[in-house]
Amino acid sequence: MTPAAFAAFLARRLMKAAGVVLGVVIVAFFVVRLAPGDPASVIAGQSGAADAQFMEQLRRQFGLDQPLPVQLWLYVKGVATLDFGVSHRVQRTVASLLVERLPATILLTGTAFAFALAAGVALGAIAARRVGTVADSVVTVLALTFYATPIFWVGLIFILVFAVWLGWLPALGMFTVGADLSGLAAVADVARHLLLPALTLGLFYMALYARLTRASMLEVASQDFVRTARAKGMREGPILRRHVLRNAILPVVGFAGVQAGQLVGGSILVETVFSWPGVGRLAFEALLARDYNLLLGVFIVTSAMAVAINLVTDIVVALVDPRIEVEG
Amino acid sequence: MTSRIAASRRTVAKSVAAALVATPFGTMTRQAWAQARRAGTLTTMITPEPPILVPGVNNQGPTLIVTGKIFEGLLTYNQKLEPQPGLAQSWSIDAAGTTYTFNLQTGVTWHDGKPFSADDVVFSIMKFHMELSPRSRAIFQRIDTCVAKDAQTVEIRLKAPFEPFILMFDVTTCAIVAKHVYDGMDAAAMRNAPANQTPNGTGPFKLAEWQRGNFIRLAKHDKYSQAGKPLLDELIYRVIPDSNLRGVALQTGQVQLAGPNDIEAFDVPRYQADQNFKVDLDGWQYYGPLSWIELNHRSKPLGDARVRRALSMAIDRNFVVQRLWFGVGKAATSPISSATRFHDPSVRLEAFSEQAANALLDEAGLRRGADGTRFELKFMGLPYGEIWNRLGEYIRQQFGKLGVRLVAESVDAGTWARKLAEWDYDVTVNFVYQWGDPTLGVERTYVSTNIQKIAFTNTGGYANPRVDELFKVARESQSADARRAAFAEVQKILVQDMPQLWLMELAFPTIHDRRLRNVITGGTGVHAGFADVSFG
Repeated sequence: MTPAAFAAFLARRLMKAAGVVLGVVIVAFFVVRLAPGDPASVIAGQSGAADAQFMEQLRRQFGLDQPLPVQLWLYVKGVATLDFGVSHRVQRTVASLLVERLPATILLTGTAFAFALAAGVALGAIAARRVGTVADSVVTVLALTFYATPIFWVGLIFILVFAVWLGWLPALGMFTVGADLSGLAAVADVARHLLLPALTLGLFYMALYARLTRASMLEVASQDFVRTARAKGMREGPILRRHVLRNAILPVVGFAGVQAGQLVGGSILVETVFSWPGVGRLAFEALLARDYNLLLGVFIVTSAMAVAINLVTDIVVALVDPRIEVEG
Repeated sequence: MTSRIAASRRTVAKSVAAALVATPFGTMTRQAWAQARRAGTLTTMITPEPPILVPGVNNQGPTLIVTGKIFEGLLTYNQKLEPQPGLAQSWSIDAAGTTYTFNLQTGVTWHDGKPFSADDVVFSIMKFHMELSPRSRAIFQRIDTCVAKDAQTVEIRLKAPFEPFILMFDVTTCAIVAKHVYDGMDAAAMRNAPANQTPNGTGPFKLAEWQRGNFIRLAKHDKYSQAGKPLLDELIYRVIPDSNLRGVALQTGQVQLAGPNDIEAFDVPRYQADQNFKVDLDGWQYYGPLSWIELNHRSKPLGDARVRRALSMAIDRNFVVQRLWFGVGKAATSPISSATRFHDPSVRLEAFSEQAANALLDEAGLRRGADGTRFELKFMGLPYGEIWNRLGEYIRQQFGKLGVRLVAESVDAGTWARKLAEWDYDVTVNFVYQWGDPTLGVERTYVSTNIQKIAFTNTGGYANPRVDELFKVARESQSADARRAAFAEVQKILVQDMPQLWLMELAFPTIHDRRLRNVITGGTGVHAGFADVSFG
């Protein structure tokens, strides 16, 4: 593909992406308001006392006294200028809250993703290479186990074994509070806290990738060009790497792209079980509190990220398999 | 199928949780304790995380617990609800019961270093809480004048005597805020003030760091008015959303103190049996939380007192306390909690009897249909966690025995509050604080003048002129005896009319390492300032 064609492709896709995100903004704006109750009624409910003046004050403060189309217009106008508004409940800008919480989530899901992809493809390849052997069975059973076990349960077991019984790893939060570490010590501290949640989240996806890689490789391995390569006298290793894996990896990359799109949304379950201060929990709390602006902010950032990663996936697939052309 | 899987997953999660907390933790706990003690840092938990740390701007339960350390009220209260010194070192009430004079502590400094004075008190009462907090506003509107006589003296004159007025000055009711922070702002500006992100109080601890979703760190206020206090250097509130992990944190000594909502009621007996922990059910006298089954009198046939009494008789309150709450709490005997002033111990609810309940429904002319059902109502459970779900199941089962079919509606906290406020329910479960005095916290649920489309008013729609009148007498009498007589009569009428089905005087246990000193000392428990709390 020529650079010019690629630029045109990119421009078309970006236009579409902007359309998708605008659609998400508008749909989400109405969807979050479908839930009964509004932020004022939640606050009143949890404060144990309210009067008419109080409710009116809150609704005016939250901008809920405006007609719905006006609220939508103000919101879309804000988002167009990258102003996601204010979370009135906590009186902070949505952008600042997201910036505060996104790194934790990306660290967690990114680590889990990288681990899942690397370990999953490796295990799948091993299983496919030794199909029918004990190694294959072990990988298959492992993959099935982690695929079928609820994530929060795996998390609890890890906490029980590694944090409580063995006392090797912390189970709580993202770093040691009040330790005031710096430099390498701080990095090591975060890494220790990261290990269990990243493993918990990663093992589930690792199982998926392992199964996908194995199945896909076995399918490719039975095709004619592999037999040809073998007939030409190529050794098994290169055949596996260059002929089988390269062709078999396509569905894995496609699937990984879909999953990567969810990275920002994070995993509410894992973040909850391990008290990880990420965006998933922020979104969940925002939902319970009917914190519309904050919830919308999370939706938009998540969907924008998904759209962007989809685009990247398409490009990666084209790189892996030159037969596939990127199309607008 | 799905529900069965979900149920078995819950069971699995619970057995894991049980294993988690049943593990011995000797060494780990010892190390954690030694470390915390050396650093002078008490770590506790807060569930759920407060949205903002200025009382008045936000009055949710967790907010009041944390801000109780940052701010102070004029008074504090002991477990008999007698006022004790706070920012006021002494006070007096004149014979007519209309003039309250508070003499303030000297040498009090705000966290930002500016001196505290009587002007701050006047501002807090007449402007800040008057405009922002609905509960305080209802009472403070009785104030005629509130003036600073001098820098150390505040005089409040009421339009008419109001005996429970002296209960209005705790930090959880009327925290004193700095006038210089909010001066000249209107209500909206105070609510949105950027300064709300950096609360400025006079309390023993000041906000040092808040990483949302992670922890709130409070540090010692060096210029605290009581010399040598607080005894702790730091107080850290961890935000731990998962109850299993909260249990682990407490057991492993990573946190040394658990407050309300931290530990599930069904786990409390385990801590009561463990000699390393102290489980304190005290410290809720000022709030007197009472739970009830809330009936909407507009839904037929709940407007009939006989039906309400029958439903009340179908509930075994001792079962609720012993089997659902594992003994944490007390069966209700009256609409006024036994922790609240003017509770009449001679008042009794009609005894649990399914037979008598059935007979009463027959008498009310509500015959059973072919399928044994007398009538059907919607039931909206209280969405505050597992224990309330169990209560909901019990209520549905017991009402079912009378031929009253409850169709469960599933709601989250926001939906629940909205539907309650809109009167859009038949039967639900509710609990409210009584704030030490029936006029402050009980009256609102029963007087017909407070039937409003707002949560925690008389949403049930009960109306009885005699009850209205007795609450009015009690509100307006300055003599405690006259008030006691009125409340005694009102309690007798209410247990006959059963406008709501009182269930339990709730207790929220405070669980802490036994070696911690002076944790729960007053009538407000974990909400107090913690100036005297120490590692012993």
